Amino acid sequence: MQFGPHLVLATLEGLVGAAILSLTAMGLSLVFGVMRVVNVAHGEFFMLGAVIAWWITAAIGGLPAIGFVLALVLAPLAVGGLAGIADRVILKRLAYNPERTIVATIGLLYILQQAALMTFGPDARPVEPPFNHRLSLPWLAFSDNGLMVIWPWGLSITTYKLFIIGAAVLILVAVWLLMTRTTFGLVMRATQQDREMAQAFGVPVDRVFALVFGLGAALAAVGAVLVVPVQQAHYLMGHDPLLLAFIVVIIGGLGSMPGTVIAAVLIGLSDGIISVFFSPTLAKIIATLAVAMVLIFRPQGIMGKHPA
Amino acid sequence: MSDTQKSYLFHTAVVVLLAGLFFVISEYSAGRLARIMVLAVYAMGYNLLFGYTGLLSLGHAMFFAAGIYGFGMSVSLLGLPAGAGVVVGTAAAGVLAAVVGLLALRTRGVAFMIITLMFAQVGYLVILYLGDYTRGDEGFVIQPVQRVIAGVDFSAEAVRYWAALLLFALCLLGTALLITSPVGRALIAVRENEERAGMLGYDTHGLKYFAVILSALLSGLAGAAYGLLFGYVGATFATVQYSILALLWVLLGGAGTTIGPLIGVFFMSYLIDLSSALTDAYLFIAGLALVLLTLFAPQGIAGEIRRRGARWLP
Repeated sequence: MQFGPHLVLATLEGLVGAAILSLTAMGLSLVFGVMRVVNVAHGEFFMLGAVIAWWITAAIGGLPAIGFVLALVLAPLAVGGLAGIADRVILKRLAYNPERTIVATIGLLYILQQAALMTFGPDARPVEPPFNHRLSLPWLAFSDNGLMVIWPWGLSITTYKLFIIGAAVLILVAVWLLMTRTTFGLVMRATQQDREMAQAFGVPVDRVFALVFGLGAALAAVGAVLVVPVQQAHYLMGHDPLLLAFIVVIIGGLGSMPGTVIAAVLIGLSDGIISVFFSPTLAKIIATLAVAMVLIFRPQGIMGKHPA
Repeated sequence: MSDTQKSYLFHTAVVVLLAGLFFVISEYSAGRLARIMVLAVYAMGYNLLFGYTGLLSLGHAMFFAAGIYGFGMSVSLLGLPAGAGVVVGTAAAGVLAAVVGLLALRTRGVAFMIITLMFAQVGYLVILYLGDYTRGDEGFVIQPVQRVIAGVDFSAEAVRYWAALLLFALCLLGTALLITSPVGRALIAVRENEERAGMLGYDTHGLKYFAVILSALLSGLAGAAYGLLFGYVGATFATVQYSILALLWVLLGGAGTTIGPLIGVFFMSYLIDLSSALTDAYLFIAGLALVLLTLFAPQGIAGEIRRRGARWLP
């Protein structure tokens, strides 16, 4: 394939990655923004979403679409519920002390990951996509007869991948509407701005925290259910999304919604494009160092107001 | 008996106990205890920064790995003698800490944790990227011939135990001396209240920088000693998991106590052994221990003992 079509393909793949990443990172950002804690177990909630999706589709059998739709509804609910319980049982007792919360969520990371290993096993397992048509994409090329449309071999995308991008945009819009247009969103923003003042005005801060922690985990799980038909479920799959989501949230400015989305698209795209053309390890080294430098020299990120 | 005398007596007793154990336990247990003592030195390095100075790093594996790779690569690739290899490994960790510390100490709290985590991740990836020299995940073995210092073969079972004990004893007494010295007291003051320590005229940034470098030197020394005594170098020692383990050991044993690191490594080693007999997912126990410790015993075993009576425990 020539450079041009190759770049288009890498961009499309990068967009799919960016869509999933923006969901995962939005969950992490929401939790940090409202609760001021860093949830290291976030990647494991992502993994749980994928594993539960596999369970549901395997148990239902029959038409893949039915199992998939059920998984898309049930997996985030289950993961969100579990996260809500974890908030009540662990984080609340730590009074959301930032450092102790990190240590506790590291523990939670191992508990969830190893529990998945014990029950789900060490194998990677595929989930069948509900629909999967291949769309070939045209390309313009100069030939002896002037400009003409060609269909380069390999330049294609599946309808399912387009669906991932569309679904992610829809969910992000829904989250934005929830935050800006509903009473629950108002209560969340009030808690974010001043926890004690919100409590004084009768906001049940404890319940808001449990809901936000659950919502953050559920967003990661939705991303995982969407991605699992193109990337198999595996008990260690939470590692990369966690690191990438961290990077996105830091670059976007901790707790800023628009910043998170912009950074997710930026990081997702460049991750997709760079790993097509360069060694993925070198790309990761450069990206990680760059982000560390952002955190050191511009701790508020590109859109954030508060230093980390 | 004054607290200082009690403390001297206590540390001497620990070292004598460990020395006596060698004549009682089996060869297998001795090898294992030697490993525990070397890892305890790594944990003591971590404890110096986290337990005494109050800086929580999530990337200490990079210093341990700098030690073990500094030793392993200078000995096997450059053909340096083993003694020089240990110096190179320790120095590599110190130089790395001088750079990382300078950058990471511009941040505090959660950001400090994430920054150290990221630098450690970069270190791990660099080891993988340079797989032609480091042999990546697979690692490499250092031949017994290359593990001889001044005619003493450090791959022999008995030598290994006494060397580990000597290293451990020196570091234990060194930390005990340091934390009762004025500098050590100042480090604790930074942990308790950095602003107040600064107000009283202490150079808190300088103290923290000193703690990062000293802590990394200890961790690097432990890494180099690990390579010397056990002869294996691999990228697993640079993973996030090894940074987390150091935190877990210190939390379990008791952060800010001299004996805590040894207790933590000892208990965790046997706990993981017990649980891996039951399941492959032995890290489950590590996770559970972390959550339970933060919830119910944030001071760890030695911290609890100190709280319940033995106030003199350093």
